[in-house]
Order: sequence, then C-alpha cells, then structure tokens
Amino acid sequence: MSTQPMVGTAHSLVADDIANELARSLRSMLQTHAPWQDVLAGTERESTTDLALWKRIAQDQGLTGLAIPEDLGGAGASWVEVAVVMEELGRAVAPVPYFSSAVLATALLLEAGDRELLPKLAAGESIAAVAIAFATNPYDIAASTVTVSGDSLSGTVGLVAGAIVADILLVPTADGIYVVQASDVQVHPVISLDMTRQLADITLDGAHGQRVGDRAALDTALRIGAAMLAAEQVGLTQGALDTAVAYMKQRYQFGRLIGSYQALKHRMADVFVSLSQLRAAAIYAAACAGADDPDLPVATAVAQALGSVVAVKAAEECLQMHGGIGFTWENQSHLYLKRAKADSLAFGRADQHRAALGEIVNLPS
Amino acid sequence: MSTTTDRASQVHTLETEVQDFLASHDPKTMEPIEFLRARYDAGLAWVNYPEGRGGKGLARSLQRGVDEQFAAAGSPDNRSSINVIGLGMAAPTLLKYAGADNLDERLRSLWTGEEVWCQLFSEPGAGSDLAGLATSAVQQETGDWLINGQKVWTSMAHEADYALLVTRSDPDKVKHAGMTYFFLRTDTPGVDIRPLRQITGEAEFNEVFLDDVLIPDSQRLGGRGEGWAVSQTTLMNERVAIGGRVIPREGGPIRPAAQAWRKHPEARAAALHDRLLTSWVEAEATRLTTIRLGQQLATGAPGPEGSTVKLAYSNIAQQVTGLELEILGEDALRYENYEMRRPDIEHRTNWSPGYRFLRSKGNSIEGGTSEIMRNIIAERVLGLPPEPRVDKDVPWKEISK
Repeated sequence: MSTQPMVGTAHSLVADDIANELARSLRSMLQTHAPWQDVLAGTERESTTDLALWKRIAQDQGLTGLAIPEDLGGAGASWVEVAVVMEELGRAVAPVPYFSSAVLATALLLEAGDRELLPKLAAGESIAAVAIAFATNPYDIAASTVTVSGDSLSGTVGLVAGAIVADILLVPTADGIYVVQASDVQVHPVISLDMTRQLADITLDGAHGQRVGDRAALDTALRIGAAMLAAEQVGLTQGALDTAVAYMKQRYQFGRLIGSYQALKHRMADVFVSLSQLRAAAIYAAACAGADDPDLPVATAVAQALGSVVAVKAAEECLQMHGGIGFTWENQSHLYLKRAKADSLAFGRADQHRAALGEIVNLPS
Repeated sequence: MSTTTDRASQVHTLETEVQDFLASHDPKTMEPIEFLRARYDAGLAWVNYPEGRGGKGLARSLQRGVDEQFAAAGSPDNRSSINVIGLGMAAPTLLKYAGADNLDERLRSLWTGEEVWCQLFSEPGAGSDLAGLATSAVQQETGDWLINGQKVWTSMAHEADYALLVTRSDPDKVKHAGMTYFFLRTDTPGVDIRPLRQITGEAEFNEVFLDDVLIPDSQRLGGRGEGWAVSQTTLMNERVAIGGRVIPREGGPIRPAAQAWRKHPEARAAALHDRLLTSWVEAEATRLTTIRLGQQLATGAPGPEGSTVKLAYSNIAQQVTGLELEILGEDALRYENYEMRRPDIEHRTNWSPGYRFLRSKGNSIEGGTSEIMRNIIAERVLGLPPEPRVDKDVPWKEISK
C-alpha cells in the first residue's frame, strides 16, 4: 500500500445534474444566438463584442454572479459552475467579456473584499476589466508602470482584455489595486490576433482612482483566471474536435468518407485522448478553485500547461481536416485557432506553467 | 445515480462489516487461505459481485475502501500480482457467461488465488486481428470439443491452473460468427507451454501449443459461434485492468524519472527539464482522467473510454522511461541481466531503468495496440466510419492469410 495521499479523489470530477443543466441551457442559447457565422461576422464590425448576447448571459440568465455570494447579489455558486459557463462560451468562441469581468475582475474584487462593485457585476449592470496585459506571466508579474499621486493615476497598460466594453477598470499599481471609471481613461482598441476577444491599450493621464485592495489579491485572481481559462480551452478543444469530426463524416474523397481513413481518424483519436486529459485536469482545477483547496497552484499549472497545447493542436487539426476550405475566411476553424493561440499566450505560456510547476513539486531546473 | 447519502451509509455499513469480520477472523493467527475463503464467503472479496459470489451487489467504487481496511489490518494477499488475468478478466467473463455449477466450483478458488488463470487469445497469425484466429475447435460425437492450434503472448501460462480459450469452430462462417469460447485446465493432455523470450531478456510470456486437446462441452462459455462477443467482455475488462488503476500523484513510471532528476543535479539540462515536466503534466492529467473515469464507472460496466487511458498510459510510460535513461546518462549504458529467465513477479520490487525502458515498449502492444485503441476511440466514441473491409462478408476460410 502506498502511504502517499490519493490527491484528487476527494473532489467529484464528474459534472452533477445542476452543472449539466446549466451547460445544456447555455449551449442551446448560444446555438441560437451565437452561431459561428454570426461570431465570424462580428469580428469585422466596429464593435467586436456582442452586447446583445452579453445581456442574455449577464442579465437574463444571471451568469455573471455565479461566483459572487448571495449577500452581494450573486448566485452563491462556485468556480465549478463558472467553469461550466467558460467551457460553453469557449465552445462557441463567444465574443463576450465573461472572462475579463465575471472571472478575472470578479476574482480580484472577491479577494480584495469589495462589497460595492460586486453587486453591480452580479446584476449585470456593470462590466469590469483588470488593467493588466493579457500575456502577463502570473509567476513573474511585471511591475506596474502606472504611478499613483494622491488619488490620481497615470501610465499605460498594453494589450488588456475586456477593456473596450468595460465601464470599470481595476488597475494594479505598486501601491495596490485601484478602481477607475473607464470614462476617465483612454482605451485604444488593438487589431488583435483573436478579434473575438479584442484587446486594447490603455492610457491613464491623471485618472481618478479609488484604492480597493492590496496588490497581493492579484496573485489569487490570476490563479483562478488561469483555472477558468483552462475550462475555456476544454470548450475550444471540444468545439474544434466536433467540427472536424462532423466534416469528416460528410466529406468524400477517393470515393470514401475521409473519416474512414486511419491516417486521419487516428489524429482525431489523439485529440480525443488529449481532450479527456484536459477535461479531467480543468475540472480538478475548478474544483480546487471552488473549494479553496491548497492544491490549486499545482492544479492550475497542470491544466494550463496542458490546455495551452491541446486547444491549439485541436484547432490546427480541425483546420487541416477541412483541407483547402479550412484555410478560407468562411470556415469556422480560424475562430478556434485564433482564440486557442491567444489563450496559449494568456496568463502564462505552457512552458511558464511547467517551469513554475517544477518549483512547486520539487523538480527544480 | 444514487445519492451521496446512500453512498455514505453504504461505506459506513461496509466498514462495520469488515470490522466485525476482522474481529472474528484474526489475519495474524489464521491460515491465509482459510482467511481468504472466509472473506469471500462473507461477501467482502469484491463487493460489486453478486451475493453468494464473493460480493454484495454494490458499486465497484466501494471496493477500494474495503481493500484498504483489510490491508491495514495485515490481511493476506490473494496472489493478486500473479492472478491479474484471473481477477481482472476471467472472473467477469465467467460471471457473465458461466453456468451456476462452473461458478460454484471456480470463482472462489480464483479469487483466493488457489487457482490462477491465463488467457489463450493471440496467435502468431492473429494479433490485432484477433477475430482472424485459426485454432480449430471441432465438436465430437460425444459432445466434447477437439482443439488444435497455437497461441502466443500468454502471460502467466506457466503459473496458471486454468485458461480462457477462444477458437475457430466454424471456418465456413464469416470470421466474427464462427468462434467459440471455452475454459480449460492447463494440465489437460495435449497442452504444451513453452517460454517466449522478450527484449528484456526474460520470459514473462509463453507460447502454448494445443495438440488434440479434448474439452468437455460443459466448459464452453457462451453459445456455439458466440466466442467473439464473449471475448469482448474479457478484453474490455483487460483495458480497464491495464489502465484503470488509480495511482498516487507522481506514481507509475514518472516516479523513477522524477527521483533520478532530484538525485542527479549534475544532469539538469534545460531541455530535459522541460520534457520531464511535460511528462509530469501528462502523467498527472492521465491520473486525474483515471479518477474521473472511475467516478463515472462507479456503477456501470467498462466501455470504450478505457481505451483512452490505456493509450495515454503507454505513451507516457514510453516517453518517460526513455527520458529517465537520458537523465542518468552514462549509467544507463549498463544493463542488469539479459539472461533468459522467468520473472519473479510476486517478489520483484525494483526494476532497473534499462528494464523499464525496454519493458514499456510492450505497453503499446499488449492488451490491444495503440493503433487499435485509436480505431476504437475514432469509431466507437467519435462515430467515424470504419475502413472498408475485405474480410467481413466472406467465410473465414477464404480470407488471405
């Protein structure tokens, strides 16, 4: 008998009825209101965020408050349910600020002990974003260049997710986290690799800020953000796999369905195996986030190290299985590809998560 | 799905039953075999089996706690490392297809380890294409069956008392339809077991020659011509047995590689480090996948999902055992022993790095090759169409061999 604890067995890694029902109803809504053709068309509109879809998610379905306690107007659920939402939004590559507002900003405000803004986020009345670069390495956060003088903030932050539609910005500085009204800052949209989650450069020029918490809150928020991003990567992988497999069941070449060729179907089997591993790792990370499990750092590093590789691979395979049509603008493969690649650079690349993991599990470089 | 409360109360009831059993059966004073028989009769052998067959008809997932409780009390082992095939594959197959008489006579001795089992499936001409097998079974006027042929890659045949056997009973039928399944004693006249030496130097496996072997019809499992369906039950359980065991974090083949890394700071190159952690991540994710699969299967039978874990496990084992040799560098150029010998599986505690590297090459072949696993996942899970087949609608005897 081993004396080591069976880490992981204490959490349920199988979705319960509530989670399944949440996933089903959200998926059905997204199929109706965010089919990929609409998502693709949205990337060429002036506003790349689908605010009508956001209203359904935030206000009609009340999904922005899942992780917020009931006494702050939330649903009092947990990050496990948020992960279910992230997976479905990832599968649809939905252009909504759920990750930036309902995950990252919410986690930061929860950690900072906020009681004023969270009720507005829970009710879908406000959209918040954390003014931090999307490609921040969570294990080595670059010092903020935003300076504070009295209650006035100045500086720039590049490549921020969710800032374009946010009305509240949470700005990390050396002195702590400050709340700034988005109307007080300049937000410059950037032509982004992934236009379904368009990034923006932010310039603060003496913007009025109110301190809401210590900078340390950012570490936890980024860790939870990374765990939830892994759930999005599960959805992206599932979406890319389903899309590829569906095409392989209808496309004939050499008189046969292309899905019958072992050279191709084996590649889909490999994606499925990776998806099974990623799903287990992401659910475990969400369970750790939801239960304040001290294993969260290992769980998120594992999930992200895997997800950043697997989701990109799945999207690349989806594109390749479509052949020429997969390389055209009119095919959905590039939606998965661009989101997956952008995600793989967000809040820690796979190698950064692996390096950090090495320190945690005593496998030093 | 039963509620958490049901499960909690079942766990509690089982704990009490094991306590009561241990109170009246002291493993430190009783003969091991008497203890094991009594444990079987008390329904505490495998709780997911039916009452009267060593179990209580409960969920498979409840077994773990029972095993731990018995192990903590110093209970004897039922030769589980020798009788892997008996416990993992023969037992579920017997349970599903054997009649009451055969079950009464065989199942308890199987579980206690008094009777070890092996499986006579693969043949020199039928590996991945098991349904192409040629060992013939011809029913005699007496009703007995006369068996002739050759089987290969039979693990534990030299330790086994009984064997599962799948044969060609009707060569005029298409291949999947003309097979019949039996069990037999390995000391039946005409059974010749010879060691098969593998790349590690030793012989875990055997070739088994069957020369005019007579098997009574009462030892047939499933109907005439239903051997394929019966063998699927065995094989699905094999994949669960190979890939389904939950191990601790950093358990399995990643452990020695990680330990080598800690022990040899001089070997710490950046490229090796990233590969080690890539494997560590994949090993941990596979471990979590196994836990998740176990939770999903808590009540049900193994399905094609087991193929996922089996495939992932052999990938990792091969990656990481190769990496371990690179971490060890020059030392890895020494190998312990290539002498032809039988492995002492029950007493073996530490495998050498070179052995691990070589042995893991079998992982992607035994129990279904990784390529067959990919077919199963692609066709049964993803629903992709099969390759066109030239052997499906013709009698077995007309297929090119």
